[in-house]
Amino acid sequence: MSSSMPGGRAGTADEELDLAHDPSLPPTAVDDAVREAEERKWTPTKIAIWSAIALLGGVAWFMLAIIRGETVNAIWFVFASVCTYLIAYRFYSKVIERYITRPNDRRATPAEYKADGKDYVRTDRNVLFGHHFAAIAGAGPLVGPVIAAQMGYLPGTIWIILGVVLAGAVQDYLVLFFSMRRGGRSLGQMAREELGVIGGTAALIATLLIMVIIVAILALVVVNALGESPWGVFSVGMTIPIALFMGVYLRFIRPGRVLEVSLIGFVLLMAAIIGGGIVAESEWGAAFFHLDKVTIAWGIIVYGFIAAILPVWLLLAPRDYLSTFMKIGVIVMLALAIIVVRPEINVPAFSEFASRENGPVFPGALFPFLFVTIACGALSGFHALISSGTTPKLVEKERQTRLIGYGGMLMESFVAIMALVAAISIDRGLYFAMNSPAALTGGTVETAASWVNSLGLSGVNLTPEILSQTAANVGEESIVSRTGGAPTLAVGLAHIMQQFIGGTAMMAFWYHFAIMFEALFILTAVDAGTRVARFMLQDSIGNFVPRFKEHSWRPGAWLCTAIMVAAWGAVLLMGVTDPLGGINTLFPLFGIANQLLAAIALSVCLAIAAKRGSFKYIWIVALPLAFAAVVTITASAYKIFSPVPAVGYFANNAAFSKALAEGKTEFGTAKTVAAMEAVVRNTMIQGWLSVIFVVLSIIVIITAMIATVKAFRNEAGGVAHTDNEDPAVPSRVYAPSGFIPTPSERELVAEWNKLPAESRLEKPVHH
Amino acid sequence: MSAIVEGFRGFARYLGGVMGADAYQKYLEHHAAAGHRSPPLTEREFWRDRTDRQDSNPQGRCC
Repeated sequence: MSSSMPGGRAGTADEELDLAHDPSLPPTAVDDAVREAEERKWTPTKIAIWSAIALLGGVAWFMLAIIRGETVNAIWFVFASVCTYLIAYRFYSKVIERYITRPNDRRATPAEYKADGKDYVRTDRNVLFGHHFAAIAGAGPLVGPVIAAQMGYLPGTIWIILGVVLAGAVQDYLVLFFSMRRGGRSLGQMAREELGVIGGTAALIATLLIMVIIVAILALVVVNALGESPWGVFSVGMTIPIALFMGVYLRFIRPGRVLEVSLIGFVLLMAAIIGGGIVAESEWGAAFFHLDKVTIAWGIIVYGFIAAILPVWLLLAPRDYLSTFMKIGVIVMLALAIIVVRPEINVPAFSEFASRENGPVFPGALFPFLFVTIACGALSGFHALISSGTTPKLVEKERQTRLIGYGGMLMESFVAIMALVAAISIDRGLYFAMNSPAALTGGTVETAASWVNSLGLSGVNLTPEILSQTAANVGEESIVSRTGGAPTLAVGLAHIMQQFIGGTAMMAFWYHFAIMFEALFILTAVDAGTRVARFMLQDSIGNFVPRFKEHSWRPGAWLCTAIMVAAWGAVLLMGVTDPLGGINTLFPLFGIANQLLAAIALSVCLAIAAKRGSFKYIWIVALPLAFAAVVTITASAYKIFSPVPAVGYFANNAAFSKALAEGKTEFGTAKTVAAMEAVVRNTMIQGWLSVIFVVLSIIVIITAMIATVKAFRNEAGGVAHTDNEDPAVPSRVYAPSGFIPTPSERELVAEWNKLPAESRLEKPVHH
Repeated sequence: MSAIVEGFRGFARYLGGVMGADAYQKYLEHHAAAGHRSPPLTEREFWRDRTDRQDSNPQGRCC
């Protein structure tokens, strides 16, 4: 294997560039030959460690996939995932590094050559890893795996782990790297440059629509978790005054004391959770905070509009701090609890619904619907927007992108695995009673218990007492048909945590703690998503009405915010009032939207990789792209063309229209004419949304194919490629690439440390 | 004992870094290194500027 160029050809300009190195500085990169030799040297210890990891991972997969006893211990999920991640990180991501990205540490990153001390700041790789992880991980990986658990634990586990290794982490890494090479340009800008006007415009519209859907469905998860729950409404509602207080504190009282204010905010949050229990028990509190879902949905819509036009410092920034703080705390806590408690799982590897397409939690067959139900955690297109935003402006050295992009996504996948474990550690009967729509369960403990028992699931014998006892334990009136994943995860988490700390008495606290942090993540995503979408809309309208490009022009900003809020608000209300159960019909749309965005991001990466001449290894990008494209296009096709009403939107529409035309006053789960009309309306909108998404994505994929073929032809014809990278600038700094520096990296760091501080300074640029 | 305190400090520093609490420090370092002649922003000004710029340059948060 040649160390320089695969395929026997010089790649893009950067390899040939003469990066004149300042002779007064130590080298800015480990010598290629030294690094290669180090990587290829297998000492007995190294061999022993990697054999042990491989063996443990193999045993864990064997326990999960082959043995399948009566129960399986949760610790095997931890071993199977962590060992696979380690092997993928050490071996597969290095293949990508060697043949696709080809980082060059002699080249300065945007954080160095564009350094401004504000947006472009060189950041320690370990800190940036945490920062990037906090930006990509949210409620998504906590919700999808829970819903997908309907099929049993194995399909979801395999997809989360293999999906991240071959698709999700690849996408995040490539987008991060390519964006970094372009000074931190956004995915939209890269699409325009690489795919031309048609592909770029389609990508932009698709991104905008996808954001609307994603925000709406995340908001729906919150509404479902808070509906008829005075405790939840109170404690989540309190996050608003807490954030406002933090905002004022940071702006006027003690600017810059981020950790301090986050700690204060955290203590106040805990007080809000505990206080919520007391308030919910009081008569006035129960009456005042007992809100139905439609009211809460309107509350979130009004909140979303106000939050998106308020200045960032007042609400968004402080809540973001709180959300990051909670995120890291919660994830560490969940991991510790699962490792310490090691719950026994009695869910089968493949459930009765794995081979059917009429599951109550989400309809459709395993292929393709499992792969769209679990988006975040395996492959999430939304990450491409983050990987091409803040993070590339903060990377210190090019080689660190593998740790941050690929490694960061592996972490998110691990969160998804833990969410899956938490959700399947609860009783299976309980799981189906909580996650099936009220139209099926009937909404009461008696009807829900008898309905679940009638499903004929092995080992399930649900009694009304279990349902009411669990509801009482977690401090809720009822847990029947609490769809959306979040409440199930909260019950699972409470179930595990109470064995770790506090016992049954603490279950209600842990449940509301979990609801609180999920709501916190989601509200931040709703607010930030609305803002980003508003700017995209403003810029698009600005092409026709230039005034809209002025971001400080209030009427334009407010109008665009109102349009975006109205768009997701309409989808949210549609989901809340949907007689068919809302989340069950809309969640596939969320997953399809997210995966289509991934297909768009991977298409852009494919075109770029082709232009860089990585033909022999282009399959690294083409494989996940092909899979994402096949899954989403098939899923969309089912949603559009399936004659089964539960699966196809238009089939359902036709069934209900026919019933209405025949003068029926109730049909299926819709008990009134108004409800039937709502179904007709909703399915029509959902159907057309699916059509638009898939058409736009196909356009993007085709333009990417054309760009790829063109690059291949140019290559064959010896025509030079146009390269949209920023010009290469020699680097003047050094930092190791991974968590643990290698011996040669340590040597180089020592050499740099010897250098007097003043000669290490950035090149003076006077302003 | 001092090792524990040191460990805790290191963790707090890391967490602060992840949340961006050290942004002003890094700005000052950059300012000094880049050899600007104008005086740096004060801490209060810097944080105001930081959040105000986010108003016109929003960053997405993931799902």
